Amino acid sequence: MQTDLKILVVEDDPQKARDIIDALTDGGWTNLSVIGSAGALERTITTQDPDIILIDLANPDRDTLEHLGLVSNARNRPVAMFVDRTDDAMTQAAISAGVSAYVVNGLMKDRIKPVLETAIARFGMFAKMQSELDAAKQALTDRKTIDRAKGLLIRARNISEDEAYNLLRKTAMDQGRKVIDVATALVTAAELLQ
Amino acid sequence: MKSIQVQCGYLPLVDSAPLIIAKELKFAAQEGLDLTLQKQPSWSALRDRLAFGHIDFAHMLSPMPIAMSLGLGGLSNRIDALMVMSVNGTVIGVSSELNQKMSGAGWENTFDNPKATSKALLAVSDRPLRIGVPFPFSMHRMLLETWLTQDPVFSPDRIEIVTVPPPQMAQAVTEGALDVFCVGEPWGSVALQHSDASLILPGSSIWEFAPEKVLGVRHEWAEENPTACRAMIRALYKAARWLNLPENTPLAVEILARSQHLDLPDHAIDPALTGRIATRSGHDAKPTAGFLNFHDKAANFPWRSQASWISDVISRWHGLDRDASRKIARACFRSDLYREALAPLGVNLPGASEKVEGAMATSVAVASTMGQMILGPDRFFSGATFDFEGEE
Repeated sequence: MQTDLKILVVEDDPQKARDIIDALTDGGWTNLSVIGSAGALERTITTQDPDIILIDLANPDRDTLEHLGLVSNARNRPVAMFVDRTDDAMTQAAISAGVSAYVVNGLMKDRIKPVLETAIARFGMFAKMQSELDAAKQALTDRKTIDRAKGLLIRARNISEDEAYNLLRKTAMDQGRKVIDVATALVTAAELLQ
Repeated sequence: MKSIQVQCGYLPLVDSAPLIIAKELKFAAQEGLDLTLQKQPSWSALRDRLAFGHIDFAHMLSPMPIAMSLGLGGLSNRIDALMVMSVNGTVIGVSSELNQKMSGAGWENTFDNPKATSKALLAVSDRPLRIGVPFPFSMHRMLLETWLTQDPVFSPDRIEIVTVPPPQMAQAVTEGALDVFCVGEPWGSVALQHSDASLILPGSSIWEFAPEKVLGVRHEWAEENPTACRAMIRALYKAARWLNLPENTPLAVEILARSQHLDLPDHAIDPALTGRIATRSGHDAKPTAGFLNFHDKAANFPWRSQASWISDVISRWHGLDRDASRKIARACFRSDLYREALAPLGVNLPGASEKVEGAMATSVAVASTMGQMILGPDRFFSGATFDFEGEE
């Protein structure tokens, strides 16, 4: 029953695009396509004539998509962001999850909602994974910098690793800065002096 | 006193400087605000987050609050502009192919002559010009159309306006996808560094006093949070005043370049703040008067007549009733709140909240709350004037 809906996903990360496609396929939609960048957006909309376009809320190409709806009336394919004013909670959920949906040719609301709900669930998962990944990466980078700073101190002052760390921590506390900031400053200074 | 936490969305452009200065130099903190700046990936994303209250304030293109209040473009909501954050600051550029053709036909780039430039531009193009702007509801698009439609040989089929995110503008020009572009700094100067493009006009040569960015806020939120709104207006007013002093410019460039908010090198920030713009990569930078104005000549005042001007353009684009739209638009530009917020600072403010747009050929003394103040110039290149009060 859902196979007649044509869904276009704009996503440049192939893994993420595949996951979204899988989720939609599981939901019963099969007429799906993906493009990586909005460079080809205008052409794709003309040739493929999708009913719904799903795009990451943070994708800068969204502004281009908005324009197609507002200015390019000549193409006769009105593209509009899907907002259901009777159901603000869903639009709110979409924004929080980081997905936006655009509807071509003013499709019926009840046909879009299940697509968007599926997308919200999937995008919400990405957003959570991404922030965890970012935090983990940052922690790892910070630790490397702190290790290098400790190494510099151990060599320069002939102290133990614990003493080196305590020195970094004390300096940070005295100056009201973070340990990582003091360590970064030390590493940068050492690089300059080499 | 406990400070009020507020979130403000912005796009990393040079004209977001008042926000960054308000935060870094503690003007916001002095006003009792704990200001968090949230970088946004696009104007659409910024709009959506403001409409749904994920952010309290937003650095917006001046037509955006009006378009949203008129219910146009995706998420709409009643959005107010509490103040103007910057006047002018955009540039218009062309691809190297077009530049060569125009020069070949005898045109000389003086970077200040809209009429001669549109004549040359339209004379050498044998297909519709593809023109890139950052957003459909932008002063960029309004200025381009104001400029080109004045040319005697112009017809709507001579141009095609497309939206291209500013960081992609240079590449689109290089790939031949765009013939002309209009962007805010640093993206004009960046386009020169990454392509053979040339800049042909500053936005200020089309309208000398075009409101470029405004501080947007949800109307309802403003009603519920008058203290935060007043504090934010005062903080940005002080930041803008600081930015306006020439002796602060080198320090401002340093602060903006060092700030994680902008993530741009010195040389990308410098041209806009000093008003010294190079029109081609490797060429000498020329001083351009009034290139980007954060504060001078009551630049921060949200004139109701500016709202009317913007509203009329939007009405033409979308076939809306002119007078009904104007009424909504004028209510968006909150000169009333702006006056209230600045009263305790003893700031000299214009006597009226309305002016005849385009009427001041030079600087003129006008009546103000403290006697007199200097405004203008605010001319359009065509000499057109817009007296909205007279029409009603």
